[in-house]
Amino acid sequence: MTAYLARRALQAVVVVLLVTIIVFGLIRLAPGGASASLLGPGSAHQEFLAEYLTWLGRVLHGNLGRSDRLNETVGALLATSLPRTLVLTGFSTAIALAVAIPVGLVQAVRRNTAVDHVLRALTFICYGMPAFVLGSLLILFLAVDHHVFGAEGPQAPGIVGVITDVRDLTLPVLTLSLVTIAIFARYMRSSALDSLAQEYVEAARARGAGPRRVLGAHVLRNSLVPVVTLLGLSLPQIIGGALVVESLFNIQGMGWQIWQAAVNRDFPVTLGFTLVIGVAAAVGSLLADVGYAALDPRVRHAQS
Amino acid sequence: MSQEQAAPGSRGRHAGPVTVGPPSMAAQRAALAGRVRSLLAACRAYPLAAAGALILIAIAAFCFGGPLVYHTDQVHVFLSQANLSPRAGHPLGTDGDGSDELGRLMVGGRVSLEVGAAAGVLAAVLGSMWGAVAGYFGGLVDAAMMRIVDAAIAIPAVVLLLLLISIYRPSTAMLVLVIAGTSWLSTARLVRAEALTLRMREYVQASRVMGSGGLRVILRHIAPNAMSTIAVNVTFQVGNAILILATLGFLNLGVVFPSVDWGDMISAAVQTIYDGYWWQILCPGVAIVVVIVALTMLGDGLRDASSAEDAGNGPDAVAVSVARAAQALPGRR
Repeated sequence: MTAYLARRALQAVVVVLLVTIIVFGLIRLAPGGASASLLGPGSAHQEFLAEYLTWLGRVLHGNLGRSDRLNETVGALLATSLPRTLVLTGFSTAIALAVAIPVGLVQAVRRNTAVDHVLRALTFICYGMPAFVLGSLLILFLAVDHHVFGAEGPQAPGIVGVITDVRDLTLPVLTLSLVTIAIFARYMRSSALDSLAQEYVEAARARGAGPRRVLGAHVLRNSLVPVVTLLGLSLPQIIGGALVVESLFNIQGMGWQIWQAAVNRDFPVTLGFTLVIGVAAAVGSLLADVGYAALDPRVRHAQS
Repeated sequence: MSQEQAAPGSRGRHAGPVTVGPPSMAAQRAALAGRVRSLLAACRAYPLAAAGALILIAIAAFCFGGPLVYHTDQVHVFLSQANLSPRAGHPLGTDGDGSDELGRLMVGGRVSLEVGAAAGVLAAVLGSMWGAVAGYFGGLVDAAMMRIVDAAIAIPAVVLLLLLISIYRPSTAMLVLVIAGTSWLSTARLVRAEALTLRMREYVQASRVMGSGGLRVILRHIAPNAMSTIAVNVTFQVGNAILILATLGFLNLGVVFPSVDWGDMISAAVQTIYDGYWWQILCPGVAIVVVIVALTMLGDGLRDASSAEDAGNGPDAVAVSVARAAQALPGRR
């Protein structure tokens, strides 16, 4: 277990380094002296490696660069936008899990019945529906036609104001969670089907365990283990979804900032934010594997 | 989609009865009937895949054949005709420029389908090659190649795309390359897992003992045997590419004016969302969802079909398809 985790952590370090190389390579590709604006004058003709190491050193010291367009450091932009994105993704992921786990379980237990088919069709549609289509339709019907919720995300400056603005926060969170539910429910269904087919379920039934105990103690518990992995691995997807939702609902989170920076060719911001997200995703995937190892006794007690 | 239809037919031609001289009309008709019968049997066995394929054919006919029947002007602006609700003459209403919405759906769909199919197939081919090489050679090559995939997959595809597009402002052809360049990663993981098991099979070992090089083994043995996995993945990649293109269009970073895709249409409609022109959002939105759902149905059906071939038609088939579904997700090692 320790050896496995050590190997896995080493892999994560390599991945994070590769992320920085990819991002830095893209800086160098950018035309119009983008790398000069990032690294200061006089650095345009340095060797790739020397330049990379200088940049990496600055990033490690917490200096992500500076946006001339907004006249702010990337770090300061991150500090104001990160909490908004965390609120949006945190709430919607929690809701998505709370809905998708029972839905997937019901589908697996009632496989190929009317319930399964209806839920499967619904998740199919949510799965095929891009966040901006779903969000636009929700705005149209719930904010424009019937004034139930706000059409824009919360615009309060502080994070407390954002969380307490339930009227404006509902639609963005609903949009992102519906899209995420579709991913999780499909996975939960196949994971639970997998557990249902295992011999320990049959053994539990043979011992006389009731359906409630079989489902709760055996099927649910064992199907949840892969979902932990999925949660860690879908971090990039969730952030990608948040980017679209933030753009649609005008929430000044990380995704919105990246979008605006991309449209306005504000390279320090795009690159700094991409780096942060890439590192977060690599760490998320590492944490998912650690969680998997901690939850699955077969991994936990493995010798290698 | 045309390939889906052509595959059983072409197989039938080779398997037809061996006759000397030109086949008689009756024999030809019998062969044709046999082909149709086997196609119908396949449709009955996998209704989900058949329904998906039928919907896709219908949409392709709508986008490419529709403008021949339903003539609209998608070039000029008619402000007097702007934002009309659905009515006689404009069955789906008009948009902010006064273009007929139904005609625009056809024009936009053409771009969505073309770019989606090209980028999706390219991504699947790229990813398959990468995965097959990594899985077959194993060891250090595998570790290096897969760490690159891990790193690139950690950056959300949309973010990577925004970055690339803000650097290049690409043409439609570049869009295909950029979309494929950011979405081949999941295919690479999938095919690598397949190649890892295939390289242990006896026929691969035998081929190597007989002196085949790595390239030959990959092309002659690994790739053909991973084909069912790859075929399912192509449907996923095409759908994914259509979604990505629409998302870029929505963010105003997709195809360049005067080209238009379904995402652009929604983006334009969102600008006037407070005026309640619901048809401008609903029509392209439904079009996107129908295409993606049809592709997912086709992919799920193909997966069921290929796993049934492997495991026979029984409860095992379900288990195998579940295992494959789990594999298809961004997997752990």
